[in-house]
Amino acid sequence: MRSSLSARAKVVLYGLLCVLCLPFVFPAWWMVTSSFKPIGDIFGYPPSLLPGTWQLSAYRDVFTLQPFARQYLNSLYIAAIVTVGTVAVSALAGYAFARIRFRGANVLFLVILAGLLVPSEATIVPLFQLFRSLHLVDTHWPLILVPVLGAPSVLATFIMRQFFIALPDELEQAACLDGLGRFGMFWRVALPLSRPALAAVTIFTFLQSWNLYLEPIVYLSTPDKFTLPQALTQYVDSYGGAMWNVQLAASSLTAVPMLIVFVIAQRQFIQGLAHTGITG
Amino acid sequence: MSAHPPPRDEVPGVAGRPRRRWWTARRVDSLAGYLFIAPQVLGSIVFVLVPLGMVFYYSLHEWNVLAGTFHFVGLDNYRQLAEDPNTPSVLRATAFFSAGLVVLDLALALLLAVLLNQKIRGIAFFRLLFFSPVVVSVVAWSIVWGFLLQDNGGVNGILHAIGIDGPNWLRQGGTSIVSIILVQVFKNVGLNMVLFLAAMQGVPPQLHEAAQLDGAGAWTRFWRITMPMISPTILLASIITIAGSLQMFAQVSVLTQGGPGNATNVLVYYLYQQAFQFHHFGYGATLAVLLFGIVLALTLVQWRMRRKWVMYEV
Repeated sequence: MRSSLSARAKVVLYGLLCVLCLPFVFPAWWMVTSSFKPIGDIFGYPPSLLPGTWQLSAYRDVFTLQPFARQYLNSLYIAAIVTVGTVAVSALAGYAFARIRFRGANVLFLVILAGLLVPSEATIVPLFQLFRSLHLVDTHWPLILVPVLGAPSVLATFIMRQFFIALPDELEQAACLDGLGRFGMFWRVALPLSRPALAAVTIFTFLQSWNLYLEPIVYLSTPDKFTLPQALTQYVDSYGGAMWNVQLAASSLTAVPMLIVFVIAQRQFIQGLAHTGITG
Repeated sequence: MSAHPPPRDEVPGVAGRPRRRWWTARRVDSLAGYLFIAPQVLGSIVFVLVPLGMVFYYSLHEWNVLAGTFHFVGLDNYRQLAEDPNTPSVLRATAFFSAGLVVLDLALALLLAVLLNQKIRGIAFFRLLFFSPVVVSVVAWSIVWGFLLQDNGGVNGILHAIGIDGPNWLRQGGTSIVSIILVQVFKNVGLNMVLFLAAMQGVPPQLHEAAQLDGAGAWTRFWRITMPMISPTILLASIITIAGSLQMFAQVSVLTQGGPGNATNVLVYYLYQQAFQFHHFGYGATLAVLLFGIVLALTLVQWRMRRKWVMYEV
């Protein structure tokens, strides 16, 4: 707010913020540093903020115990396809619902919006049965088809529609006089203007796919096909106990690149996600 | 709305034209509309509406995938649901999670938004810190917190250093629920924080200035001006947070697997256990019907309530 604070109020405010941010910052710090600690020191007391001796063996184990590079690639390429597919499907549908008048548009829009009311957990049994009958269990198809065409892309369509509705009519009238058809108007006029909405949809779709956990553990059973969140939980010893330093090393490899991208593109991330209000 | 000029072909009463062309500009445009929405509409039918119908259908069947049995049993699954000794504890855990999460998440988000709505140096940096867990995957975040909350883990290490003997967080009924709620609050509170921050910055400063002239203190201005002005955002945030609270599968799966006992066994986790660990697809579908019913009921209640406490519509 515009009123400038007194020096004492500032000190109190900074102090409060520093204490409050501990549970947000400490886990990331602890994750990365512990992954370099020898397994014997990992639960050492008093807890040490830095490893006494830096050790890379946990990172080696990440790749020898599981095909981790392959799993990383799986997550990346699935999230990329889901993002591109969702952007395409939702931009087209959002544009049509916002700018084209056709019979039944309202009813069809309600049909789609119903997807917002159905949590993905509620339909996992019939969807599993569907993909089982198509022999697509233990493939990546369910992780791609359902998010792009099913309930998760509905919110994207809704966001795109809200954005396209706000575009002025004159732009398209001019485009129409220039002889552009509907697709031309969408592609050359509306889409280039919708960057903020596209950025928002891109970011939340990518994060959602990247975070998916229930679906991979339901559909996938071959380690070569696992996605990252699923792979992280598989680093357990023969008694089922967690191999903490390996889990933390793998978690670091998953989280740190995302955090770096976030810091670089923070404005887009924060505005985009505030636009949509959801993540995994 | 339509950008096209009125299609000439459809102007009524044009004389000297025995047959109008069927492919009028309007019809071509409609066709484009149908083609544009086709993937989404077909996808919604195949992957949302039909599965939703199938869930009801399956819930009327005894279906064990492993044994390969599938036969109609009427409402037996619903009778089982009513008599299942786990049902009360699952519903209690689910309700506790949702209520705890919404209250804590919104309260902390409001507090952070108020603190970060000050013009002082470095405030953008703090905003970044509080928001950063949002981009970390739920499973990675849960693994790290699972590590920190071990009996001899980092949290108890810090507590010990200041003379407190911490509990074994994830192995006791009461603390395990609270732990999972807090882990989820820290993960996602940044999202609601940004929503509230944007809403607060949209409140016209004249309102605060006028109230200040009338002698209203900061506390009064917060409750009488800020809160009413951002009430639509609070409603939106609570709807999103409640919907998310019913879907806490990964957190429970990584941190406690529903335990100890059934203390953290929420509905989505119990559904997964019944369907995919015990292979009771019919009963799993019945639990899915219950989940859908709860989401539907909560949505309707919130929609009704908005008139009561939201000051204006967005």
